[in-house]
Order: sequence, then C-alpha cells, then structure tokens
Amino acid sequence: MIPQLDIQNLRPATYFVPSVSTTLGLKDYMGAIKVRWGFGRNNYKVKPGLYKVGKPKSESDVFVSANYKLSFDSLRKNLANIDAWLLVIDTKGVNVWCSAGKKTFSAKNIVKSIKETSLEGIVKHRKIILPQLSAPGVAAPEVKEQSGFRVIYGPVRAKDIKPFIDAGYKATPQMRKVTFPLGERAKLIPVDLMYGKYKLLIALALVFLISGLDRTGFLFSKMISTSSFPISNVLGGYLAGIVITPLMLPYIPFRTFSLKGATMGILLTIVLMQIFKVTNLEIVGMGFISIAISSFVAMNFTGSSTYTSLSGVLKEMKWAVPFQISFVVIGIVLFIVSKLI
Amino acid sequence: MQYLKNVVTLKLDQHKCKGCTMCTNVCPHEVFSMIDKKAIINKKDLCMECGACEMNCPEGAIKVRSGVGCAAGIINGIFRGTEASCDCSISKSDCC
Repeated sequence: MIPQLDIQNLRPATYFVPSVSTTLGLKDYMGAIKVRWGFGRNNYKVKPGLYKVGKPKSESDVFVSANYKLSFDSLRKNLANIDAWLLVIDTKGVNVWCSAGKKTFSAKNIVKSIKETSLEGIVKHRKIILPQLSAPGVAAPEVKEQSGFRVIYGPVRAKDIKPFIDAGYKATPQMRKVTFPLGERAKLIPVDLMYGKYKLLIALALVFLISGLDRTGFLFSKMISTSSFPISNVLGGYLAGIVITPLMLPYIPFRTFSLKGATMGILLTIVLMQIFKVTNLEIVGMGFISIAISSFVAMNFTGSSTYTSLSGVLKEMKWAVPFQISFVVIGIVLFIVSKLI
Repeated sequence: MQYLKNVVTLKLDQHKCKGCTMCTNVCPHEVFSMIDKKAIINKKDLCMECGACEMNCPEGAIKVRSGVGCAAGIINGIFRGTEASCDCSISKSDCC
C-alpha cells in the first residue's frame, strides 16, 4: 500500500501566508481618493502572492485578484465573515478589467502564481474563482490544462460575491452585467480631468496671447482686459467634455461621444454669449474652438466607458477627428481676425 | 446606453458550439443567449468587443476583433505605430 503523503507538511517551514483584514482603514480610503485624482496611480500596488482572509482551511475558496490596491481592497472588503484564500497575481498594479485587456491578467500569469505559491499543496480542491471582468485576458481552458485548476467566473462586482456563493456559485444575469451608473461615471472624472492638464494649460496660454493682438501690433493691456472670454471658452469646453458629458451621458442625444461632447460645447457657447459682451466674430470663433475641445475630450471618454467597441470608436474617429481639427483651425483664424479688425 | 449600430465584428460558428454556456457567463453585456442548448448572438449591437467569449470558448466557435474601444488609446497607437492600447506604462500617468 502506498502511504498517503501529507502535502501540508511538505511545505517549507518558512512559508508564511499573510492575513488581511476585511475592513478598510482611513489610510485605504485616503489612498483611494489620491489615486482617483491620478496621484501615484501607477504605483498603487499590492505585493503579488497568497493572502488569507479569516481562517481558511484546505477546502476554502480561492479568489484571484489583480495587484492594483483598489481591486484588492474592493475584494477583501466584500469577504467579511468568509474564510478564503486570496491569490493576488502580478498585473503590474493595473486593475482587473484593464489588465485583462492588456493580457497581464492571463492564464499564463495565473498558472505562474499557482506554482509560485504552491497552491496545490495548500488547498485540496481544484477550483479558483476569478472576477468575471478578467475573462478578456484569461483562457479558462488553458488554466485547467496547465495547472489542473478549474476556473469559475464570479460576478462582475465584488459586492455580489456573498450572494454568488450562497446561490451555489451561480451568478444571476444581473451579476453578470456591466452597468455604467452615475456614481461610477463620476468616479472616473477626476483622473480624466487631470490627464489633459498640460495640454489645457498650453491652450489657455495660446488664447491668452492671441487676446492681445491688435491692428497696431500687440497690446498688453488688451490681452489682460479681453482674455476672460476666450479663457472661459477653453476652460469651459474642457469641463463640458470631461465633466458634464460623462455626468449627463445617457441624457445627451446621439450615440457617438464626439457628438455628445459637441452638443455640450454648443450649449456652453450659448451660455457664454449671454454673459460676455464681445463681437459676433469672436463669439463664433471661440464657439468653434470650445465645441472642438468639448467634442475631443468627450470622445476620449470612450476609453473610460464600459460599453464602447473598438470598431465603433474607429468608425466615430474617422469623421470626428477631421471635424475637430478643422473646427479648431477655423476657430483660431476667426478669433485672430476678430482681434485685427 | 447603447453605442453605434452595425459595427461589431463578433461572429459565432454555431456548428462548433457544444452548449457549455461559457460565453453567456463571461459576456458583460448579455450578447449571447442559449436556445436548444446552443449559443446564439442575441444582442449583437451591445457587444463591446472585449474578447472574453472568444478567449474562453473551448470549441473555438467565436471570433471577434478585440481591442480597446478607447479613442486616446487609438491615437496613442497611431503615434507609436503600434496597435491601439491605452498603455499605462510606468513613465506615464494615464491609463484606460
């Protein structure tokens, strides 16, 4: 008779699995706010490896996550009163969905982590639970083939994990569906807002300088006294595209993001022409510019949205980018002319 | 919310489908349904071409040109001469 090997005891004595709490502290919340504004976002990482939540045993579930700390935090926060293993794979500090798109959340990386943590010696069962949104990067059949572990796709949102387990590891159609409610759209705004800050400053400086142009040359006093209208347009166009459009997304007509942004740009132009007393030529010129800016930055929100396809964005860009560039050129020309006549 | 119509590249070869329901599990937009133990593409225009179904179909019955539906990523790709990618490389502070 072959003696039963106790794999548990074969593990090196130094192998230690750290425990993590399921409650987030002040530091976690502050960290989340910081990265939501784009600060240190590329270095908000958790060390890849195996972690414990509660007092997991060899039959407890294994949840796999990315090593972006926001992903890790949202998972552990939703595992209160559950004994489980967390397998954090190295996604270079990128969240689940994006790293799946970049193929760092992949079968290869999962298998590597399973081997490195000797998971097969720690748990008796052979299944791992992955977030559903990792699926674009993970070929489940490959994981099974190369590690023996069967992949179960959990719900999209970590908050559904408990109901998912209670239902016998079955997700309802609602748990499988990605939505894009106001709160989630709002969370994405700060990062996008900070993203274009240097380009925005350059545009602001440019219209500020043009404001001083005059038939007689360049007047410093004219630049100071008349620059508030063009600055409001550029800044307003940016905010209309990056703040207002995402917030109002489902209520703005048109399917393309560039037209949604342009619509908000037009509304902005109408508002600003009520406030400022300037020539019609300048209104039209700056209108073209703010509509183009709003359209362009709104178009970039396709990357943050949860429902746009590559084919769709390519189709949209084919006509939207030429339209945005020509609007900017026409706008600058009209604006300069308005200063010279 | 729905994006553009009739642009999606998703294709399903029903003859290869063995009815494992994996595509209905991984799709974030309920594009697939099961009829008579075979998958069908039910709401094609909702597809965002993430590629999860193709990646996880054990029969290789699904094909889709997947990639990031992200204008900034496409522009990055054009400038770098690479595929569209919202690349969060360490030197840059942006990401999809």
